[in-house]
Amino acid sequence: MRINSTSIPLPIDNVDTDQIIPAQFLKQVDKIGYGKHLFNSWRYLPDGNPNPDFILNKQERSDAQILIAGNNFGCGSSREHAAWAIADYGIQAVISTQFADIFKGNAYNNGILPIQLSKQSVDAIMQQSLDKPDLSIQIDLESQTVTVDEIGIKEIFEIHPFKKQCLMEGVDETEYLIKLRPEIEAFEKNRLQPV
Amino acid sequence: MGKTLFDKIWDSHVVKSVADGLDVLFIDQHYIHEVTSPQAFDGLRNRGIEVLMPHRCTATADHNVPTVDQLKPIKDPLSATQVASLKKNCEEFGIELFGIGHENQGIVHIIGPELGITQPGMTMVCGDSHTSTHGAFGTIAFGIGTSQVEQVLATQSLVLNRPKTMKIQVDGELSYGATAKDVILYIISQLGTQGATGHFVEYAGEVFRNMSMEERMTVCNMSIEMGARGGHVGVDEKTIEYVKARKEISDEKVAWWKSLNSEEDAEFDQVIALRGEDIQPMVTTGTAPDTGVNFGKKIGDASHLSNKALQYMQFDAGENVDDQKVDYVFIGSCTNGRIEDLRAVADLVKGKQKAESVNVWVVPGSMKVRAQAIEENLDQVFINAGFEFREPGCSACLAMNDDKIPAGSLCVSTSNRNFEGRQGDGARTVLASPLTAAASAITGKITDPRHFLNEN
Repeated sequence: MRINSTSIPLPIDNVDTDQIIPAQFLKQVDKIGYGKHLFNSWRYLPDGNPNPDFILNKQERSDAQILIAGNNFGCGSSREHAAWAIADYGIQAVISTQFADIFKGNAYNNGILPIQLSKQSVDAIMQQSLDKPDLSIQIDLESQTVTVDEIGIKEIFEIHPFKKQCLMEGVDETEYLIKLRPEIEAFEKNRLQPV
Repeated sequence: MGKTLFDKIWDSHVVKSVADGLDVLFIDQHYIHEVTSPQAFDGLRNRGIEVLMPHRCTATADHNVPTVDQLKPIKDPLSATQVASLKKNCEEFGIELFGIGHENQGIVHIIGPELGITQPGMTMVCGDSHTSTHGAFGTIAFGIGTSQVEQVLATQSLVLNRPKTMKIQVDGELSYGATAKDVILYIISQLGTQGATGHFVEYAGEVFRNMSMEERMTVCNMSIEMGARGGHVGVDEKTIEYVKARKEISDEKVAWWKSLNSEEDAEFDQVIALRGEDIQPMVTTGTAPDTGVNFGKKIGDASHLSNKALQYMQFDAGENVDDQKVDYVFIGSCTNGRIEDLRAVADLVKGKQKAESVNVWVVPGSMKVRAQAIEENLDQVFINAGFEFREPGCSACLAMNDDKIPAGSLCVSTSNRNFEGRQGDGARTVLASPLTAAASAITGKITDPRHFLNEN
């Protein structure tokens, strides 16, 4: 998995999943089409027109596949709709100094890379992206690196080897668990604690 | 080195270790609601498989349901479809459903404990971040995404990395008027919204020992608001009595439950010590739950308050937190929608009237809570005070149904999140205890409940 793209800088800390997608858009029974409501309350004016000041609505950001977020991105509700909205919009990786746990899991399960970098790097990339919309960022999953040549950044990010393997080889974690069904049933039957 | 409560439960649920720090964990109980499950059931259909252990699943409709005329058809066609899908899915896959109109229906985190389904030592999940509520019973309970809901339906297990552990020790006596809600708002104000990210929290010390089970649920409920994977309290006689009052329990189980406490010499990755005396009634001022401040303080004294939040809340840092005008009061949610919450509110408002300009919604957390409130004539206290006493559901906590706070209006809410737009587009939310909410309903301003407690 390699991403070479411009980015969308969102220098706001603690962006919660209600901001990523408000509750009123959680009423579908499928996983399709959530991208148009990504950051709905910031992205649209009360009359429904795009807010020209919001970064997602800038022409020069329309092809970006990387979101650069403030600290503690994705806190709050467990709604996977947040990850569905991000993926459906076309974002493949989010860079931040920290992610909320449930969001991070949901991101992996939808093929989005949650990349945690040092504050120094995130701040530098954020500022450069704000200044230069055509800034090019390279992400390589195999070597676990984020490279921004223009500002001399090359940083390794962490990812659990199992998660990496799932993403690299397209392994479905659910299928992995389904193969374990006999073991799981035996576990339930044979355990010692009276749960 | 002794084991923590967390270690004891986690270790007894590991089906197998996948890799370093990553385990397949068996899940004892899966709670399901209408919003985060339809895509998971579709996933099973696409794979052509059944739910592995339907007897370990319990479903209810709560997020979307109306709180007025609940038995009439739901007007919003999308909400109606979600509720209908849940019914269809539960029938098809053989899962017990407490749907609209059922005597056991209610907010998923209220009904689990109240029906005796939530029991010590269990691993529990739900597609809802406030699943941490069940930690009050000495469980490992946490919220999951819909992909994981599908995994649990398909295999009753999850692939999970073992979180770090954190002990939050609070000893001493709480300040006068401080409730369980103030305790957790205080803890979150100290740690911040990401202070416990990556950790599972144990609440230890006198303050939690002295709490009722319902109060412990209020505390554990908001663990996620400081980023924790979950939060729990060790088992004691109160825990055991609460469950035994609702379910027949074997002596063997009780004996095991009694072992569900951290050992004296157990080590945690982090330990935080706080003093009960420092905890007073408090309210939030910003757009995240870590922005609490005590009464008598300036809004600008609140922790973690950003200019962006101040602007959204239309507050001035130099203003006093007391006396801000209130338009709505919401009493309910999985945080504070239980019978003890309604009793506390009724005690404070009995014989009084709400301020004319305020709309007050009391939304019981479940059909059982509602029935109990009626049995105790609390409904009459509310109605006489000018409050609306409604039917159970998540309601204005996240405003998925019609219970929305209008743009610009300020709502003192006993719920758990004050995010921008959480209670409706442009709505301004101030999180508070049921006592503070009740006091504010009477005066029409954000009000220190101690003014009323002194009076009684």
